[in-house]
Amino acid sequence: MASAASSLRTPLIEGAKTPAQVTRDICAVLDRKPTWVWWTGFLCACAALVVGAAAVTYQIAVGIGTWGLNNTVGWAFDITNFVFWIGIGHAGTLISAILFLLRQPWRTSVNRSAEAMTIFAVICAGLFPVIHMGRPWLAYWMIPYPNTRGSLWINFRSPLIWDFFAILTYFTISLLFWYLGMVPDLATIRDRTPPGLRRRFLGILSLGWDGSARTWLHYETVYKMLAGLATPLVVSVHTIVSWDFATSVIPGWHTTILPPYFVAGAIFSGMAMVLTLTIVARKAMGLEQYITRQHIDKMCKVALATGCMLGLAYVTEFFTALYSGNQYEQFVFLNRALGPLSWSYWIMVVCNVGISQLLWFRKVRTNPAAVFVIAILINVGMWFERFVIIVTSLHRDYLPSNWASYVPTSIEVATLVGSFGLFFTCFFLFCRFVPVIAISEVKGVLSVGRKRTVFPLTIAETPAESAQAVLEEKGVPV
Amino acid sequence: MSRRLLVSFFDHEEDILGASCTVREAGFRIADVYTPYAVHGLDKAMGLAPSKLPVVCFLLGLLGAALKVWFEFWTTAVDWPINVGGKPWNSLPAFVPVTFEVMVLCAGVSVVIAFLFVSRLWPGKQAVLADPGVTDHRFVLVIEQADAVFDPIKVHELLKRFHVVRVEERVESEEEAR
Repeated sequence: MASAASSLRTPLIEGAKTPAQVTRDICAVLDRKPTWVWWTGFLCACAALVVGAAAVTYQIAVGIGTWGLNNTVGWAFDITNFVFWIGIGHAGTLISAILFLLRQPWRTSVNRSAEAMTIFAVICAGLFPVIHMGRPWLAYWMIPYPNTRGSLWINFRSPLIWDFFAILTYFTISLLFWYLGMVPDLATIRDRTPPGLRRRFLGILSLGWDGSARTWLHYETVYKMLAGLATPLVVSVHTIVSWDFATSVIPGWHTTILPPYFVAGAIFSGMAMVLTLTIVARKAMGLEQYITRQHIDKMCKVALATGCMLGLAYVTEFFTALYSGNQYEQFVFLNRALGPLSWSYWIMVVCNVGISQLLWFRKVRTNPAAVFVIAILINVGMWFERFVIIVTSLHRDYLPSNWASYVPTSIEVATLVGSFGLFFTCFFLFCRFVPVIAISEVKGVLSVGRKRTVFPLTIAETPAESAQAVLEEKGVPV
Repeated sequence: MSRRLLVSFFDHEEDILGASCTVREAGFRIADVYTPYAVHGLDKAMGLAPSKLPVVCFLLGLLGAALKVWFEFWTTAVDWPINVGGKPWNSLPAFVPVTFEVMVLCAGVSVVIAFLFVSRLWPGKQAVLADPGVTDHRFVLVIEQADAVFDPIKVHELLKRFHVVRVEERVESEEEAR
């Protein structure tokens, strides 16, 4: 097939696949019995989930006094985890919605798993504010409804309420987007599954999809609409998360740079997570011809770009604080870099701005093992970024007599481990039961980078002419 | 009334595009085309009008946003005003974020529901497939035999230019017709 390859682009999917082969390759994982790799990963994830569930049960039973918080540091581990997970989710929406609007055909190989990652990450993120409430059984008080506590409505001026609506909307739209994108693929699996319970179940989920061109036309339109809605939504969600901090009067939080800084950071961390997951998934499932080095290379470039934006934000933030003439601002930033928690600041800077610079080199970007290590380090760095923003801004506030430090308790660490357990348990189940690559979308981009006949729809005047045009394109002697 | 249909099967994207276009230009009525993935340009080849779903999306989004602004104003300034930090009751700028989120939620959910409605898809619906391979690799063109002068042989000849795999005649009973 090498002779047919276009000189302009390298083909997205390697191995000159036909649509039928695509179906077979991607469904092969679902057909065979789970491998020992899957079982090991799944059981480890389940174990972590059990640890987390036990920790959450304990802290709800005895109260969140089991956390290492004190009067000065009132937000720490849980909100760090919340912002970390919600940020992870954002790359999924970037790949599925923003790259769709920008017409980047390479997204088709990774969008399904990235969207799944978004949904699982948002579930993990949503748990933390609920746990933080201390009395999670009253979480429904966030919903504005006429109640018997006096006709007391929620305070719509509060960023925490904005956050509730933002996350609820984000989760719903992401889930719809993911499910809708999956309907044609579920129909594909339905039609290759022998009759039985599994087929009946797939039949219900695939909504009676029959591949009609009229349905495809509406489907494409809806997909475009949802992508158009999800794009500003993803920006708004992390902007609102940053407002949780920026609308306060805490030095280090009260800055206007926070929204763009948070959004860039979210996409950066999410890209790192997508890379981590896809590098393992392509290897474990033998999908190297679908998620190629080209895909990894492109995602690395997005990560590099957002990483550089983040570096710029770090510098800007520091400079603005020093230049502001406000001694509290100046103190917070010097304290971040040189104070007792400066190790966390330097982990953040080294991982996010330092190590990500390695991605400038093509040799690094095309080496999945190296990218995997870098992506893990970026994830660590991004977790510490949130820790730095939250804890170092709080632990030394206006009054030196209030100064305190913060050390997480084992319960808090177990909750973090549990959230990873939840995330990976969901992800392993996803890999088993759902096609990890959008089959119908990949079929649509098989021709990218390959020679293909383009039918001149508008030029042909008569049926004979148009038929001839096709034949000529195909090189058939007329 | 039952419909007589001529069902033809193809293996390639270019063939279904060319065949649909040619058949339509020759004056035949295309009942539907079935494809395993969204074939770009097929709507033009079939002469389908663009989907009107964006209108639903826009209107429902607008409705959601309007209702939310009204609701926030009513709860915060009319029904049970609470002084929060001395801010005015009708602090409209503070209502913007939630209004935006509710607009996106209404627009997104309603456009999906509208899509399922117009495409007649619902959970548990039995799919009637034109060919078992239509969700895998097969492209199917269904031509309606609208009048008595319809000549299947002639159409078959026309479709042969597009590497038609096979052609068959089917009669669609009233129950099958959606």
